[in-house]
Amino acid sequence: MAEFKEAPAGAPVSTQVTTWLQNRFPTAFDAYKVHMSEYYAPKNFNFWYFFGSLALLVLVLQIVTGIFLVMHYKPDATKAFESVEYIMRDVPWGWLIRYMHSTGASAFFIVVYLHMWRGMIYGSYKKPRELIWIFGCAIFLCLMAEAFMGYLLPWGQMSYWGAQVIINLFAAIPFIGPDLSLLIRGDYVVGDATLNRFFSFHVIAVPLVLLGLVVAHLLALHDVGSNNPDGVEIKARKDPTTGIPLDGVPFHPYHTVHDIVGVSVFLMIFTAIIFFMPEMGGYFLEYNNFIPADPLQTPAHIAPVWYFTPYYSMLRAVTDPMVNVFAVVAALAAVLAVLKGGLSGKWKVAVLVGAVVVIAALKIFDAKFWGVVVMGVAVLVLLPLPWLDRSPVKSIRYRPSWNKVLYGIFVFNFVVLGYLGMKPPSDIGTLISQVGTMFYFGFFLLMPWWSRIGEFKAVPDRVTFQPH
Amino acid sequence: MTDATSGAAFVPGMDPDRRTWIAIACGAGAVGGVAVAVPFVSTFAPSERARAAGAPVQVDISAIQPGEKLTVEWRGKPVWILRRTPEQLASLKTVESQLADPNSDRKQYPTPAYAKNPHRSIKEEFFVGVGICSHLGCSPSAKLTPGAQPSLPDDWAGGFLCPCHGSTFDVAGRVFKNKPAPDNLEVPPHMYLSDSVVLIGEDKKA
Repeated sequence: MAEFKEAPAGAPVSTQVTTWLQNRFPTAFDAYKVHMSEYYAPKNFNFWYFFGSLALLVLVLQIVTGIFLVMHYKPDATKAFESVEYIMRDVPWGWLIRYMHSTGASAFFIVVYLHMWRGMIYGSYKKPRELIWIFGCAIFLCLMAEAFMGYLLPWGQMSYWGAQVIINLFAAIPFIGPDLSLLIRGDYVVGDATLNRFFSFHVIAVPLVLLGLVVAHLLALHDVGSNNPDGVEIKARKDPTTGIPLDGVPFHPYHTVHDIVGVSVFLMIFTAIIFFMPEMGGYFLEYNNFIPADPLQTPAHIAPVWYFTPYYSMLRAVTDPMVNVFAVVAALAAVLAVLKGGLSGKWKVAVLVGAVVVIAALKIFDAKFWGVVVMGVAVLVLLPLPWLDRSPVKSIRYRPSWNKVLYGIFVFNFVVLGYLGMKPPSDIGTLISQVGTMFYFGFFLLMPWWSRIGEFKAVPDRVTFQPH
Repeated sequence: MTDATSGAAFVPGMDPDRRTWIAIACGAGAVGGVAVAVPFVSTFAPSERARAAGAPVQVDISAIQPGEKLTVEWRGKPVWILRRTPEQLASLKTVESQLADPNSDRKQYPTPAYAKNPHRSIKEEFFVGVGICSHLGCSPSAKLTPGAQPSLPDDWAGGFLCPCHGSTFDVAGRVFKNKPAPDNLEVPPHMYLSDSVVLIGEDKKA
């Protein structure tokens, strides 16, 4: 424990109160310094760096609006739909709270996708920030679970059939699948039991895990320090007398004030959507969800909410011919590894045996199961990104110029997959999403190879920054 | 400290007896933890009430006209009773080459022996099937009118289209080739109590 301090005689009341608190709760004062006033963040942050703090803002908005929605919502299959309509029509300002929450869900994914994209282009996941990236991916997974379970609660047609489809994904797992999906539903069909447990997970379990992960994400970030658009480690150049990074400025007040600009712009767009187009033309709130759940009738066209559609497209892309393509790719990869991989004899045999096992599994289990695997791996493939990327530099600014084109195609491909996932299935759409799925996985799985080739530019010693 | 890298190394003054007790206590704690987790995980399983709700359903089929489909609820699932026209029955033969499993040989949703025939039903006219796609559990929509239409091939002979992922089924609920759904639509256990009343959920035990 620190020494007990005394406020000087005749000090103003504010000083006396501060001293009193400092003696009893020094942790709070230390935390303020470590995370705000003496957390030195690079001064060359650009607008991409708004999205982290915006994600935190949306998290707070979702928690606050969620607390108020729970006061009026009834998690009961016979009353849920009606209670949401009650919130919309009878609860004073209930519509606003509900639209803030439903728009907040989409806003959360927009902000988080942009935040992840920022991490990708500036190499923020690279050493020593691997754990921050992994915590972030876990947050992304939690968000997906949170969004999926929250979407069941209004008990509309899309809620019901969306949940039916996603829970049946688990049923595709060989051997344990049917029992597992029964355990998730708690009934032979999606019903009251499912609604109640999803409510419990949505309002208690997942948010608790989410908050813990957000704290871990931020603590780990503040331990190693923020990356920046140049990918220069600012801690490598410190002022010899103060030990403060030369390119760092205190997070508070500099970046907090800077972030207010981002918050203002965000809130302008956010409130405009809430007030003028809360359904966003059926993208944020699907029209079919204004019809109460009917277990006997699937709507003519069902699709998940937009933020899941890229992955949904990949799920749909896995048909029998696609599984054959996977088998051929596995065989080619094995042959290439044996011929060019420079492996010892024992490893060559292991690779060949492994490939045979993979191809056999691909042919034995249904395409349906592999679709589920592809969908899951499409998210999980983000986790090893810090180790897949072998580039000697972090930021895209100093990578070979063609990398920008490649990253551009990656985004375009992701958007196309998302678009196709919203559309009814068609032959041409399936073909495009199959090509898109191959590109998506190729981008990540071939990264150890392509991220090393090309001509890298010289990374400066200090960040590039023009005071203005 | 003789060897800092090996946890098992003997440290002067260490009481090996206590190590044993720590191991036993940890083991006992783990067993207790698992034992406590069992009731919590068990609550996820369907409740006794949900298990009891699966009673069979009686349906009067006398009012169904040829080409009409009646949907009834059994165990919370839609069950279709489709009275097929002679043209529809004839189409069963013509589409056979395009089907993934025309004889319903796959075992995932075994077709009852009394429906293991070309028309997949007890009575040739009436098809009784669970209207849940074997892919991911959507309920396919009836597309009984033949001919080209959106999401369907030009030589469409009438059947069902799953709106979720585009699987197509013929009027006997048999799935077409190269579609996401691996299996034909399930035929529930059922039997005719009289010429016009069918009981869904129970069949004559052999």
